[in-house]
Amino acid sequence: MNKLLLTVAKRLGLGLFTLLVISLIIFLAVDMLPGDIATEILGQMATPDAVAAIRAELGLNLPIHERYLDWLGGLVQGDLGNSLATDRPVASLIGDRLMNTLYLAGLAALISVPLALGLGVLAALYRNTLVDRVVSVSSLAAISMPEFFIAYVLILFISVQLGWLPSLSKVDADQPWLDRIQLMILPAITLTFVTCAHMMRMTRATIINLLSSPYIEMARLKGLGPWRVIVRHTLPNAWAPIVNVVVMNIAYLITGVVVVEVVFVYPGLGQLMVDSVAKRDLPVVQAASLIFAATYILFNLIADVVSIVSNPKLLHPK
Amino acid sequence: MMISEKPSTTTDGHLAGHDARPSVGRKFTRAVIQAPLSAQIALLVVMFYLFVIVFAPLLAPYGEAAVVGDAYAPWGGEFWLGTDSLGRDILSRMIYAARNTVGITFIATVLAFVIGSSLGMVAAVTGGWVDQTLSRLVDILMAIPLLIFALLLLMIFGGSVISLVLIIASLESTRVFRLTRAVAMDVAVMEYVEAARLRGENMLWIVRREILPNILAPLTAEFGLRFCFIFLLVSSLSFLGLGLQPPTASWGAMVRENVMLITFGSITPLLPAAAIAILTIAVNLIVDWFLNKTSGFSK
Repeated sequence: MNKLLLTVAKRLGLGLFTLLVISLIIFLAVDMLPGDIATEILGQMATPDAVAAIRAELGLNLPIHERYLDWLGGLVQGDLGNSLATDRPVASLIGDRLMNTLYLAGLAALISVPLALGLGVLAALYRNTLVDRVVSVSSLAAISMPEFFIAYVLILFISVQLGWLPSLSKVDADQPWLDRIQLMILPAITLTFVTCAHMMRMTRATIINLLSSPYIEMARLKGLGPWRVIVRHTLPNAWAPIVNVVVMNIAYLITGVVVVEVVFVYPGLGQLMVDSVAKRDLPVVQAASLIFAATYILFNLIADVVSIVSNPKLLHPK
Repeated sequence: MMISEKPSTTTDGHLAGHDARPSVGRKFTRAVIQAPLSAQIALLVVMFYLFVIVFAPLLAPYGEAAVVGDAYAPWGGEFWLGTDSLGRDILSRMIYAARNTVGITFIATVLAFVIGSSLGMVAAVTGGWVDQTLSRLVDILMAIPLLIFALLLLMIFGGSVISLVLIIASLESTRVFRLTRAVAMDVAVMEYVEAARLRGENMLWIVRREILPNILAPLTAEFGLRFCFIFLLVSSLSFLGLGLQPPTASWGAMVRENVMLITFGSITPLLPAAAIAILTIAVNLIVDWFLNKTSGFSK
């Protein structure tokens, strides 16, 4: 057990270190801008005096390591600086939108994970039959399509021609829950298409791999039905790799929302980031990238820890 | 994993003469005839795209950014696929966009491979601190979601074609590095590499003559897959308005430019998106076929 804790702790430490290095990369990247934030705010025509005043106000005259530590210190306390475009604190801009993004990713995961596992098991069970072929080919197609293609096809058929669901997903916090979910269905389905395929392929491969092992043959020879073999004998051993791929796809979901949010005008963090990149709103982009990176690392970390914890060699050390 | 048995080698590890084999062209023709239907169709599709790319100026009825008619002209008549919001011919823009989008993707992919695979092989052959430094650096760069990193860098370096290609190539090269290093590691421990080392061959010679020929199959497959990823990335960035800048035509940006038409039930904005999807599916099918074939050859 000690060894297990140690491995997990090591992994967590490494994750934290990675995050620190990434914050440094993001900070330095913005620092490499030709000119600096002061000219960014005032424009190229600003007088040198005005630039100097803003530089002093923002603390740009301090040495770089002090500025980094300052920025990092603020970050830890939830102070992300002020937006250049609106002059509002970045934290207040991001807060709601981050929640919206997480809701959307959560809803998409809720649909896509059970669907992917179900289809994966089905394809494994009926492998090399028509069912399997159809599922495999459509998953390949889903992987190959740009997200906005899937999104607009859904909009064209479901909202424009059938009129079932709205094509814009402008949710806000005052709407009742049910309305918000209704607005989120199309973006969530789009995301499902994108992530489902990968999870499904992995589930299928893992289960097919296990189905060829001797203990499964034994179970079959005992006369168990195919579903019972899968549910009682195969799945327990397939969980570790499957959970791993599921968590990694959720990590992907959280960043994959960017394009989908833009298509559906969904007020999430991704849309904010794209807008801010176009406006060159540095503090917002910095904060958004860091949050995306942190979430991504966190989920990959969870995937790692799950695979460490479910590894019998570590659970039962000799 | 996917490495096929190394080609017949003489005792000192040199590749046996190429002259004994049937010509590449003949081998390829035979392979295509034996290929599954899906791969044959995919090859046809890719050839069609190549044809359009090469002969774009001859095929396009109008210029890339020329305003030739009223805004939003319907399909048919003078403009086969209608015109966009500025009155530019959509078919012509589709054809030029093939050139721009696929061209940029191809250059970025080649560049990502030049950077990623050479560093990956060097890391695998050299080992030690070089390998450690490069690998840890790549680990950290890969911990940042690719699209997010690309957005951040595009904001900093601006959206010119050169910075777009360089940013995408350097970000994707980390993925190429990781794969190349992994497969090259398996080859680097072979006796014939050891023999070359003992002979006193320098690292470049070993990389070029011993490692590269033996990891060519997985690298080729990876090239196809990477091409698809980069293609989708370039398209997404253009769609977000941060890739190729107007008036240059690109499929992603064309979807964005004409998206208004969707609300009227027109499928015009979906055409460029479908062009992206079809090419990606075709390349994926070819890669699948290639992977099956090369793994089938291994004993």
